[in-house]
Amino acid sequence: MSETKPGWRELPFGAVPYKPSLEYHTGDWGVERPEFDLDKCTRCTLCHFYCPEGAISFEAGHPEVDLRYCKGCGICANECPVGAIRMVRKE
Amino acid sequence: MSSAITLKEAVKWPDLLASGHRLCAGCAEPIIARLVLKASRGAIIATTATGCLEVATTIFPYSAWRIPWIHTAFENAAATASGIEAAWKAMRRKGRGPLAKYETLDIVAFAGDGGTYDIGLQALSGALERGHDFTYVLVDNEAYMNTGIQRSGGTPYCAWTTTSPAGTVIPGKREWKKPIDEIVIAHEIPYVATVSPAYPLDLMRKARAAFEVEGPAFIHAISPCCRGWRFPPNRTIEVARIAVETCFFPLYECRVEDGRPIYKLSPPSLAIAKKPERKKPVEEYLRIQGRFRHLFRPERREDLIERIQRWVDRRWEILLEKAGL
Amino acid sequence: MSEQRLLGLNGDEAAAYAIKQVNPDVVAAYPITPQTIIVERFSEYVADGLVDTEFIAVESEHSAMSCCIGAAAAGARAFTATAANGLALMWEMLYIAASLRLPIVMAVVNRALSAPINIHNDHSDSMGARDSGWIQIYCENSQEVYDACIEAWRIGEHLEVQLPVMVCLDGFTLSHTMENVLTLSDETVREFIGERPYIKVRGHLGEAEFRLDPEKPLTMGPLDLYDFYFEHKMHQIEAMEKALRVIPEIDEEYAEVSGRSYRLLHPYMMEDAEVALIGLGSTMGTVRHVVDRLRKRGVKAGMVKMRIFRPFPAEELLELLRGVEVVGVLDKAMSFGAPGGPLYEELKTVFYDADEKPIIVNYIYGLGGRDTPPHLIEEAFKGLLEVKRRGEAVEPLNYLGVRW
Repeated sequence: MSETKPGWRELPFGAVPYKPSLEYHTGDWGVERPEFDLDKCTRCTLCHFYCPEGAISFEAGHPEVDLRYCKGCGICANECPVGAIRMVRKE
Repeated sequence: MSSAITLKEAVKWPDLLASGHRLCAGCAEPIIARLVLKASRGAIIATTATGCLEVATTIFPYSAWRIPWIHTAFENAAATASGIEAAWKAMRRKGRGPLAKYETLDIVAFAGDGGTYDIGLQALSGALERGHDFTYVLVDNEAYMNTGIQRSGGTPYCAWTTTSPAGTVIPGKREWKKPIDEIVIAHEIPYVATVSPAYPLDLMRKARAAFEVEGPAFIHAISPCCRGWRFPPNRTIEVARIAVETCFFPLYECRVEDGRPIYKLSPPSLAIAKKPERKKPVEEYLRIQGRFRHLFRPERREDLIERIQRWVDRRWEILLEKAGL
Repeated sequence: MSEQRLLGLNGDEAAAYAIKQVNPDVVAAYPITPQTIIVERFSEYVADGLVDTEFIAVESEHSAMSCCIGAAAAGARAFTATAANGLALMWEMLYIAASLRLPIVMAVVNRALSAPINIHNDHSDSMGARDSGWIQIYCENSQEVYDACIEAWRIGEHLEVQLPVMVCLDGFTLSHTMENVLTLSDETVREFIGERPYIKVRGHLGEAEFRLDPEKPLTMGPLDLYDFYFEHKMHQIEAMEKALRVIPEIDEEYAEVSGRSYRLLHPYMMEDAEVALIGLGSTMGTVRHVVDRLRKRGVKAGMVKMRIFRPFPAEELLELLRGVEVVGVLDKAMSFGAPGGPLYEELKTVFYDADEKPIIVNYIYGLGGRDTPPHLIEEAFKGLLEVKRRGEAVEPLNYLGVRW
């Protein structure tokens, strides 16, 4: 919160938020991130639904995590029915 | 048709609650909110009571909501939703006004147990009595979590909270969890359902059914809070599952047909009803949460654990009776 | 000027009738004496299909304002009415309605706040809400109530204002007293208020009109931390300043349509007044009558009826009162522990730095519906004349009509 913030005349009317949360990268919150074993993965898609951030997408036809938002909670790894996800320490 | 939802389809639907929100890692609320919103039929307007979900998704200048959304105050999610619904109805009737073009509009109010069981009960009851066409989603993390884990009417018996701490004399909350579902069902609204984020398909189907119903619909979601319930963040879904498996939080729907409440157990709970040996002892649910730690350490409180088991068993029996099983 | 119909209406009925002609999308109200006639009359209009309004019979005043906020946020025109403790119950929502910039209109039938419980008229309720960010219009008679309930929409919805408007009328004295009211035709009212306009905002998903719409989503009511709240409040402060200019503009437009000219302040016999009383509401009618009486006796008395209390018309007051020797401020409410009543404090503040200023004294009167007949007003003027004679106020704070 150290950069210069807009003055009151520059702010939108009605205290309406003007930045999508996608611009706020929560990916640096966690110390771990998920690693997917795509051979074990059965594409059940549960990890997509269980992720609190909605950071796991199946657009590529298999799970991919957006590390800009992953908080490393580990739910996906804990829930994967075939153990295809494990949490690894981030560098 | 609500039964038409499948995971394979739903995975492609957009997330109307975007990433970048600041709920705790492992929080169940965004899981529940994402799933409910996935079931939206199209045009949707949401309101959220003051609480974790509201605060962490709209820290100015950011917002995570990809739908029209308003927060007004703590105790009036149902009243705010009533106003939105009335505005839509009026514009439809007049054939004039910006919302007049929406033939169907999903109006949803999210509120926590704080904003529902206690301070929000009046507005909820009023909205249900007036029969507004909206869906109320109770995200129940069983305490006033956003203000620092204080007890609510939804906090279970013996749970530790900061205002019902487990001390040397008093072992946590003295009162039982308020039976909010029965209170809502007593209002004779068209659709009431309980959901758990551990069963996403069940949740989405019920949310869709709630949106489709004409009149008020109520969805009670168990929302395990790793901070307030004291368990590691990766076990959220596990906790949400064991709650169902122990029948602490059974899954069912209740519709009013011909003036009568018709209860229907959902598959995870129905499976237990059919094979009672599947029912896990409530201890398995209590053990994995630090807020019940004092029931086991320094000494095992058999008397309290038994009381909780009896409460679970009795409510389960009553539910089975109501469901005609 | 359009064709008008004379009706016998009490204050409540005048409000209800005006709102019927406005035909808002939503009316959400909870009954409380002496506002009940507004709700009842409006319910009859609904039951007879005379309006298209969705009437929400809410379960409390807090929900009444909450419903209005939800409705207005959804782009609708929303109205409610209340009094005293009803207004007090919706207190947090008043601030929220104003800071969410929703042009809701509400009739407040002024009644004393409990305890002890008292259903009669004073201004403690709306005065207690003067910080909330609502525009406040005070009415002297049913005609003013009718006209204000129509103008309020244009004032609040003006793109430079976008604030909720409170139309205040004295409980029982005004609300339940039948008077002659000249009413406009339905079409004239419809034409005057037009359709509700919306401000364009830059939201987080792009530009949108300031309302909830599935096609152009935006977020209303976010969490502000200490880094933005102050700036957002500046927006409200600026809107109130603009309202001071906008209200007379709307008044002028309304005068063309109705033949009735309203201003922020209504002076009477002020051109050469040496002593004057200033106040709000129906009592100013009594004051006018007493001014006439005194003038016949050669006293250079005058009065100023304040029609708009929020925003506070400081400049106009300075202009109007600077040459007067003694001004008595009539306050029908008291701020316990304060140096005086609300209007008194604000007027003194306005004059503090003026080079030319009257001696200003305060008369607290009418609390809990204490009748204020002409002889009490004469007493007040007598007091002002005594102050004029002495050249100073011995007792700045006076209580008119209480038994010692």
